[in-house]
Amino acid sequence: MREAIELKEYHAHAWNEPIIMEMGHKGERGFIIPKLEGEIEKATDDATHYIPKKILRKKMPKLPELSQPHVLRHYLRLSQQTLGMALNIDIGMGTCTMKYSPIINEELIKLPQLTDIHPYQDEITVQGILEIMYEFATIIKEISGMDEFTFQPGGGAHGIYTNASIIRKYHEVNRELGKRNEIITTLFSHPADAACPATAGFKIITLYPDPETGLPDIEALKSAVSNRTAGLMITNPEDTGIFNHMIDEFVAVIHEAGGLCSYDQANSNALFGIARAKEAGFDVCHFNIHKAFSSPHGCMGPACGVVGVKRELAEFLPIPVIIFDGSKYHLDYDRPNSIGKVRQFLGNVETIVRAYAWVLGMGAEGLMKVSETSVINTNYLIKKMLTIPGVIMAYPKQKIRLDQVRFSLEKLKEDTGVGTDDVSRRIVDFGVQEYFTSHHPWVVPEPFLPEPCETYSKNDIDYWVAVIRHICKEAYENPVLVKTAPHNQSISKINEKHLNDPKKWAMTWRAYIRKTRGKMKNNRNS
Amino acid sequence: MSKSEKFIHPYIPNSVPEIREEMLKEIGVNSVEELLTTIPKKLRFAKSLNLPKYSLTEDKLRRHIEKIFSKNKTCKDYLNFLGAGCWQHIVPVVVDEIISRAEFLTAYASNTYSDLGKWQAFFEFQSMMGELLEMDVVSPPIFDWGSAASFAIRMASRLTGRKEVLISKTIGPERFLTIKTFCKGLVSSIEIKMLDYDPDNGLIDLYDLKRKISTKTAAVYFENPSYLGLIESQGEEISKITHNSGAECIVGVDPISLGLLKPPVEYGADVACGEIQSLGIHMNYGGGVGGFIASNDDAKYVTEYPLHLVSITETKRKGEFGFGYCTFDRTLYMAREKGKDFTGTFVGLWTIAAAVYLALMGPKGIMEIGDVIIKKSHYAAKLLSEIKGIRVPFSPHFFKEFVVNFDETNKSVHQVNKMLLDHGIFGGKDISSEFSDLGKSALYCVTEVHSNEEILELVNVLEGVIK
Repeated sequence: MREAIELKEYHAHAWNEPIIMEMGHKGERGFIIPKLEGEIEKATDDATHYIPKKILRKKMPKLPELSQPHVLRHYLRLSQQTLGMALNIDIGMGTCTMKYSPIINEELIKLPQLTDIHPYQDEITVQGILEIMYEFATIIKEISGMDEFTFQPGGGAHGIYTNASIIRKYHEVNRELGKRNEIITTLFSHPADAACPATAGFKIITLYPDPETGLPDIEALKSAVSNRTAGLMITNPEDTGIFNHMIDEFVAVIHEAGGLCSYDQANSNALFGIARAKEAGFDVCHFNIHKAFSSPHGCMGPACGVVGVKRELAEFLPIPVIIFDGSKYHLDYDRPNSIGKVRQFLGNVETIVRAYAWVLGMGAEGLMKVSETSVINTNYLIKKMLTIPGVIMAYPKQKIRLDQVRFSLEKLKEDTGVGTDDVSRRIVDFGVQEYFTSHHPWVVPEPFLPEPCETYSKNDIDYWVAVIRHICKEAYENPVLVKTAPHNQSISKINEKHLNDPKKWAMTWRAYIRKTRGKMKNNRNS
Repeated sequence: MSKSEKFIHPYIPNSVPEIREEMLKEIGVNSVEELLTTIPKKLRFAKSLNLPKYSLTEDKLRRHIEKIFSKNKTCKDYLNFLGAGCWQHIVPVVVDEIISRAEFLTAYASNTYSDLGKWQAFFEFQSMMGELLEMDVVSPPIFDWGSAASFAIRMASRLTGRKEVLISKTIGPERFLTIKTFCKGLVSSIEIKMLDYDPDNGLIDLYDLKRKISTKTAAVYFENPSYLGLIESQGEEISKITHNSGAECIVGVDPISLGLLKPPVEYGADVACGEIQSLGIHMNYGGGVGGFIASNDDAKYVTEYPLHLVSITETKRKGEFGFGYCTFDRTLYMAREKGKDFTGTFVGLWTIAAAVYLALMGPKGIMEIGDVIIKKSHYAAKLLSEIKGIRVPFSPHFFKEFVVNFDETNKSVHQVNKMLLDHGIFGGKDISSEFSDLGKSALYCVTEVHSNEEILELVNVLEGVIK
């Protein structure tokens, strides 16, 4: 018998907040700049003296004019209309690992010893931050089995791009760059594993999943490799939660053909202390610090796609690399075969401080518990979800999933016309963050991809399942209700056509005014 | 039950043994090990992670990190004149208050309904930057200025079908290295040619530009103010020459200068890009950066952006706004390797920080801060240039940063900076090897944070150390 779970009566904040461009009043101001001291005022000319006339700005920028409490009020209201992970059962976002970001770590990154240090300070004055970065590298070396790391990439895709650049450099140094021009990936690896090597100049070959197992076929891989193969860029477990048990053989096929293997470890939450890049034979890998390592997602960053390589490839890492001489930490720029840089400075350092603190706050024992719980939660979720009419699991023969699981609402859609986008839009009416459907193309029809990481309790999972169950029931009984969702959100269903119509889209208020001139109603109040 | 099995972590509700057991039972297995059989034994990590076994409590963790952090000397402990792409500016407390909100801090990739506030803040960032830049399309910022410039150059290459870019030698060296990475392909790369600058005033050598530009040129890229702080006044001539060759004119800016300086579009730029760290974001040892791209609202450009673009749209209810990604089909999320380059997690929280900053500053604030910075930096430069042995070669047109030359002293910049350090001062960035033709030079940065007293202190100490 299922216990009945009562769903919350929820309504999102609906402040109907105007766009800031139409707020405030002429003359108001939100901040005072420190005035020039008299000595400086006296000793300097008017600013126009220092600026050639033809480049002096003539028109004041049309920024809004608001007092400080009104700026605060506006953005507090906007924050209230944002359903952060900390506020909800955020298990719908597969591949994103929406885990708890410890508050203590937020306190630590606000210390002036991080916020107020400059990247070009003398090494001797930044030994503390270098120590943390170096020590975190030591930790992640152990977690992955790789030998050297860089923190420069500002996100997962950026990390994958860095890996593609390292592969490119490796073949360049071996004088095979023009010849080895193909990267092999799989459909259930993140699309960045295709797009980033393509940006680096490679041709992409995508292996499709076997319809039965959901895994790429090793025979297909064997026929795809050749002396043109530069490398493999692959996720494991893939974006289905299915672990490719032959991954070491995939790696061996590529190595035999002379390519390198790059491991996209975005889905690493179930692997702490359980499986590593090294044992599978990978040459390079990347982790998303803003996912499995708890740095908050921050409304899409700042993030870090930390990249690790085997010793033989360390010479290609972006400069500088942090080294330790036994007493002091240094920035090593003297790496002639480095790929150069993928961004300025050393990366989003605050994410590394958080990750370091998070690992210490877990301990080896805690990390193991993270992964075990992730696996238990996922398989428990599967068990519960499969009792919902209309929900099926993709590739059902693969009974065990690790960190996430791909479901399909194909049956629900056939029966009721309600598809996965509709359900995702409806789920937010219950105070639960929308779910991630899946990357395209949808070889699994009407997909969705929850990831119930270790943050979520059994009750959380039960509640989430109850919401999906309720919506699926609604789909059978009152499909229009779901298709017209959301109903309890800050706003109602948007016109998506405008987003692709050059006459209607508007990326700025000035463009919006221009395109809607005459039709504007400016009668909102703040 | 072993000690480890009994271990309950405050971040992991289901680490309670009874709940674990109950869940495993529901799954129909006896142990988590049974589930992990999905990973073959040979791929399992056979040992335990060689890390501290037990977790640090909150209090111990804080003490541990604070102790390591105490080895850092901050720009509050020391007097700082470093800039070079990461600048010390005032961060209004309201900015930190807003981006510390758990709602913003912990949200991620959801759509406009449940994350309306995030989307609106992004749109407002784009709108306010649009006013500063006088451009109708602005992207939320990606990793940093260097990667934004790289993407802008790649856009230009696709737009023109050409594979060459001309870049001013006064570009930031780290940005240049980033662009170099992004321009590289396998057999066919975007070829980079460097534009000389006039040794007298540091501005782009137009003769060299005319000599190097051709029908192969996809874009001309320069920065204004340049890495050396110089205000490029020949924007109109440069864009004219660029357009005559059918190339795109791309200009990189530090937006905090735009209260005083003309936006690039007014001197003919097709695409602008730049750094947002100056807009209310802490330096974070270089972690506070983010780079935007902007252009006019022409579908030809819009559909070439690799980055997300947030568009406003209407909803079913009258008078209500919603948001969504404009032409999402062009991104890797829909088109994989056929998409425009790549995008991904960017710097959403910094986007919100910059929006709050611009809203607080308003038109007056942004003009005043430019005014204060230009005066303070010129004041400092003037006093430094009066020191015997020190020259400030490129006066009078610079903003915030300026080159200080030590050729006429018997010390290298490295030596000078070491001595300044002993006096609690971070001297300007040593550019003696980056810009070897400028001799023994450093790039000094003076902003609204520097007081008269601090500038005088620098002058006094410098006078002493170069003797």
